[in-house]
Amino acid sequence: MEDLVAGLLAGKVRSLAKAITIVENDLPGKREILKSIYPKTGHAYLLGITGPPGAGKSTLTDKIIAHLRREGKSVAVIAVDPSSPFSGGAILGDRIRMQQHALDDGVFIRSMATRSHLGGLAKNTVDVIHLFDAAGKDVIIIETVGVGQDEVDIVRIAQTTVVVMVPGLGDSVQISKAGVMEIADVFAVNKADRDGADKLLSELKAMLDMIKDEVKPEIFRTVATDDVGIDELVAGIFAHGKRVEESGLIEKKRRQKAENELRAYIYDMIMERAQGLEAYNDVVSRVAAKQETPMDGVEELFTELGIRIQEEKNAEED
Amino acid sequence: MSKKIKVLIAKPGLDGHDRGAKVVSRALRDAGMEVIYTGIRQTPEQIVATAIQEDVDSIGLSCLSGAHNKLFPKVVDLLKEKGADDVLVFGGGIIPDEDIPGLKAAGIAEIFLPGASTEETIEFIRNNVKTA
Repeated sequence: MEDLVAGLLAGKVRSLAKAITIVENDLPGKREILKSIYPKTGHAYLLGITGPPGAGKSTLTDKIIAHLRREGKSVAVIAVDPSSPFSGGAILGDRIRMQQHALDDGVFIRSMATRSHLGGLAKNTVDVIHLFDAAGKDVIIIETVGVGQDEVDIVRIAQTTVVVMVPGLGDSVQISKAGVMEIADVFAVNKADRDGADKLLSELKAMLDMIKDEVKPEIFRTVATDDVGIDELVAGIFAHGKRVEESGLIEKKRRQKAENELRAYIYDMIMERAQGLEAYNDVVSRVAAKQETPMDGVEELFTELGIRIQEEKNAEED
Repeated sequence: MSKKIKVLIAKPGLDGHDRGAKVVSRALRDAGMEVIYTGIRQTPEQIVATAIQEDVDSIGLSCLSGAHNKLFPKVVDLLKEKGADDVLVFGGGIIPDEDIPGLKAAGIAEIFLPGASTEETIEFIRNNVKTA
């Protein structure tokens, strides 16, 4: 395990790849690895790319990688694709668009399946980010699954979130809905050479005009397949990062991220212990049979685990 | 929970016929495996670099151009060179019977010819990958 960590910190591809496997699959050694590398994290720029399926996220990512490489930055990509809800398997195909970088030592691409995790990312995405960060990658791009409206986890992780839009997916009501549309720090209107791009652009602008925030997301037109608009987009991304840094929001974001990581682990660790209790299956049966509310079930399990619950006495008195 | 089997399905060489590779990819997905598919016209170097970054348990090579005798062993050699020869390599495509012994001697664990069922491939991977 020490060799693995040393190799990872020295930027060895195989060590990093093996460490990711351990972390992704919650295999023995995960905690030790994360403990050794955690103090060395916090330097990479985390860039989220999200948007509906087929919007061109992977192609755009490919072109952003190329741009960053020309600037001499090392890049890691986490490309998330959905797992089948039926078989648990997955086809991870985002890499197809990025294979021109396969032989570049400065680019490390890793595919992850969601494994039925909701929110647009894979369950252990954050831990994999830590590994890339500790390995000294300058920029880590996280490409979410193709999202619909509510998969917004990426915003809690990335410094800058790019929402990729394409013409022809819906009218202005779609644009004014909540969720994915609200998390953009930067919009990329991709396939901007197609019919409807101007309309989409003006609708986006109209939506943004209604936002009261002092810092509004910038909109960029791109045609990723032809490498059009990428330089401007990347400049816009880092300009956003700089604004966040200077506004002091960054500290708030860091705390938010820490809280989110803690929350995820509190859930996982308590759940694991609860499932290990003998009473667990009985509680599930009683809740399923409507003999007990889920909250009462949780209290029973918590009592067994030695976790005290504050009673809501006042609310119950009438 | 045991670790999921991760397989890279890759097409070395210049033919663009990837129907077979896609059918196998889907079958492995339906068998609960995580499949990386990298598209057509990949060099052995690209395939091996991808396999190492993704830390796959197995690589399935598909070739219909007739260049399998050169390309398949090259993948195995590069894996060895990188210290990743624990990766299970199998192949498929239009491959003459007389080529099979040579490919196996070169380190390709199994060759699936047209007509082989996807179940055979799934069973083979499950029984032969190093992790479990």
